[in-house]
Amino acid sequence: MKIKVLAFGIAKDIFGGSSVSLELANDSTVYNLQYLLEQQYPKLQQLKSYMLAVNNEYALPGDTIHERDEIAVIPPVSGG
Amino acid sequence: MTSSHQKTFSLSTQIQISPTPLNIQACIDWIISPESGGIDVFIGTVRNATKGKPVIRLEFEAYEPMAIAEMEKIIKQAAVQWPIQKALIHHRTGVLEIGEVPVIIAVSAAHRAAAFDACRYIIDTLKQTVPIWKKEIFEDGEIWVAAHP
Repeated sequence: MKIKVLAFGIAKDIFGGSSVSLELANDSTVYNLQYLLEQQYPKLQQLKSYMLAVNNEYALPGDTIHERDEIAVIPPVSGG
Repeated sequence: MTSSHQKTFSLSTQIQISPTPLNIQACIDWIISPESGGIDVFIGTVRNATKGKPVIRLEFEAYEPMAIAEMEKIIKQAAVQWPIQKALIHHRTGVLEIGEVPVIIAVSAAHRAAAFDACRYIIDTLKQTVPIWKKEIFEDGEIWVAAHP
């Protein structure tokens, strides 16, 4: 399945844009996606930390990703 | 991207993310009510330096739908812990100059202790969980705050 991953803050600089499209096997987990992203964008590993969000919620590594889910990379937040 | 969002649930709340300057007086006018014995207002302002280094300006970016969802959660968590009547979070996005206001938190309660405690909880938790990012612009470069170890 094809998925789109939104990027914010420094993740936008790492991706070179506000989103990337990836091909992901059906029934992939958040962990699988994280692995794929780090292969393609090794600079993600230099961040202090980052999370993935699925449908506007922080996701856990074991969560399954579905086609048309809204996925985002959430680098360390710094609002306020 | 111009958007402003307001939402209300049983506890009276007002949440907004906005690219235009925040209105402090409007927040106070909204939070005050005849049932309240005290209101607590936190106003975040853009400081002119970070760790001694002069800051020219800040830029804020939000993942808006998720930021609003997280703000709603924080207010609900505060309402479970303290008897508050109303809670407001306004957050700015875009370019902010020194002295401008990126965030306003306001809480009302029958008694001051709940308002103080809930207000502090809301701003402290917002800084930890709400997907909003701040870029500091210096004379010789710029950094996304807290991105790297």
